[in-house]
Amino acid sequence: MSDLGGLPSPSADPLGSLGTQTVAIAVEAPTQRVAPARWRLLLRRPTFWAGAVILVFWIVCAVFGRSFAPYNPLAQQLLAANQAPSGAHWFGTDPLGRDVLSRVITGARTILIITPLATILGTILGTALGLAMGYLGGWFDTVASRIVEAILALPFVIIAFLFVVALGNSVPTITVIIGLVFTPLIARTVRAAVLAERSLDYVPAARLLGERPARVMFAEILPNVMPAILVEFTVRLAYAVFAVATLSFLGFGVPPPTPDWGADISANYTGLLAGYWWQVLFPALAIASLVVAITLIADSIEQVLAS
Amino acid sequence: MAMFLLRRLGLMVLTLWILSLIVFFAGQILPGDPGRATLGQFASPSAVQALDHQLGVDRPLLTRYLSWLGGVLHGDFGTSYAYRSAVEPFIRAALINSIKLALLAFVIVVPLGIIGGVVAALYEGRGVDRVISVTGLSLASLPEFVTGIVVIVVFGVTLKWLPVTASAGQGSGVLSQFQHLILPAIPLVLILFGYISRMARAGTIEALNSDYTRTAVLKGLPETTVIRRHVLRNSLLPTITVIATQTGYLIGGLVVVETLFNYQGLGLLIYNAAKAKDFAMLEAGVLIIGVVYVLATLAADLLLTALNPRLRIGGSG
Repeated sequence: MSDLGGLPSPSADPLGSLGTQTVAIAVEAPTQRVAPARWRLLLRRPTFWAGAVILVFWIVCAVFGRSFAPYNPLAQQLLAANQAPSGAHWFGTDPLGRDVLSRVITGARTILIITPLATILGTILGTALGLAMGYLGGWFDTVASRIVEAILALPFVIIAFLFVVALGNSVPTITVIIGLVFTPLIARTVRAAVLAERSLDYVPAARLLGERPARVMFAEILPNVMPAILVEFTVRLAYAVFAVATLSFLGFGVPPPTPDWGADISANYTGLLAGYWWQVLFPALAIASLVVAITLIADSIEQVLAS
Repeated sequence: MAMFLLRRLGLMVLTLWILSLIVFFAGQILPGDPGRATLGQFASPSAVQALDHQLGVDRPLLTRYLSWLGGVLHGDFGTSYAYRSAVEPFIRAALINSIKLALLAFVIVVPLGIIGGVVAALYEGRGVDRVISVTGLSLASLPEFVTGIVVIVVFGVTLKWLPVTASAGQGSGVLSQFQHLILPAIPLVLILFGYISRMARAGTIEALNSDYTRTAVLKGLPETTVIRRHVLRNSLLPTITVIATQTGYLIGGLVVVETLFNYQGLGLLIYNAAKAKDFAMLEAGVLIIGVVYVLATLAADLLLTALNPRLRIGGSG
């Protein structure tokens, strides 16, 4: 890791106080010097490019979809209901005669609003909890670890599902629930990373200099576990898409008629057995492409940071 | 060894107890009155109150938790609000159905995942490895209902090879039951393949780079013998743990797969219970899932210790 390190410079440590400057530079400089080289490595990975192109495509759809979708995603044409894919409707129409292609394009919006916000929330809370567990240790860590482990004994889809049933399925509620469900998962990863850092010399050094625990945690340890948190964030982002889509499919997504991939699948699923496969297959493929794209990006980042 | 076992069991009981607290109190925050949910919106308030009293949901929270926990410890999960009969037979039938589905998925995926991972490791960095790794990673990230729909469209609707509902009729033979379970098992297989092959790959690569493998090669053993006797034995240990921990995720996936294929398992039971606000059923179902997960993790730990003497010494020290 440090073999790629360049020259240390005084500006390499924006967070350190004067007293800890030398210590902090010694530890932080390698990660900061290496970062640009690492990102260039990322650009050489075909899987990263494949993932990034798909993700950018869906972001464009989420932001500008309404202006270039061929039809209004909410416009019903009951006389043209359940039509198979054709020149006029590339992805066919749904039972209300709405254009499936337009609903797939504009349906990117809800999932791309909920998932990043939920993942950011979970990452912030999980990082704070993980830092506290790993650094403070003692009874706090013991108790918190037990609770985290008990929660992780339940699949996160089931926990999220229970809370959505209890608290409702508006966009803010789903966002907060997914964020909270991810908190213990992220806390566990951050805790492990912090335990590895804690034994390094700079932590006792900072403590001996009289820094308060909060400062040691957030200003000294946090920058050094950032790569692990970044990987965790991208991996969880893919999981969030997974979770949000699954909740929608189970009937706890955004309420109709807002276009939403999971909700559209849930609403038209019975038509599948009647042969109207296009109403569910295309939204399903949209979800698949988004999850795979984020997973490929996450994997590329992980591989590059590990190399 | 005995100390190690005792500590493991103690931790397990503690985890289960916290789990019971979480499950019970999570059940309590579900809105809606069970009596009202059962009797419908046109029932009179006095009838709702009477039913609430009969179900015991008007007692204080702590009393209810203690009596619920006491019952659970004796195998009594309480009375379903929706069916007005004991929860236990429903849970038992659903659990058996889910186990059938999960077993089928495991029987297919474990050999497949291990072979995939080992092959990827033997060709590390080459085309075969990239294809297996990227495919596995992508499949593992796809929600079960997405792969389920693709599978239904291809095999059920277009090719018409297999039935698209999971439950064979009453009293149907083993073969027919099996046939109905193949399609629902595929989404579970696809999602687990990624995890298991990834772990098997990592374990094999580590074993391939080890000193004992180099020694075995240098002393002139044939390649197949080295792989079979030296590499695989060590590389499959971490894979066992992953298989056990994936049991939990497998059950999470069951909620979706069972809903998609309308299969009367634990997942569908929980889903329906949550929709009907049937707390007793819901709590029992979720608790059983937690118990299965904790037991699977314990079994994996014990198996790992039995297979790997080095851990046994480390564990007791």
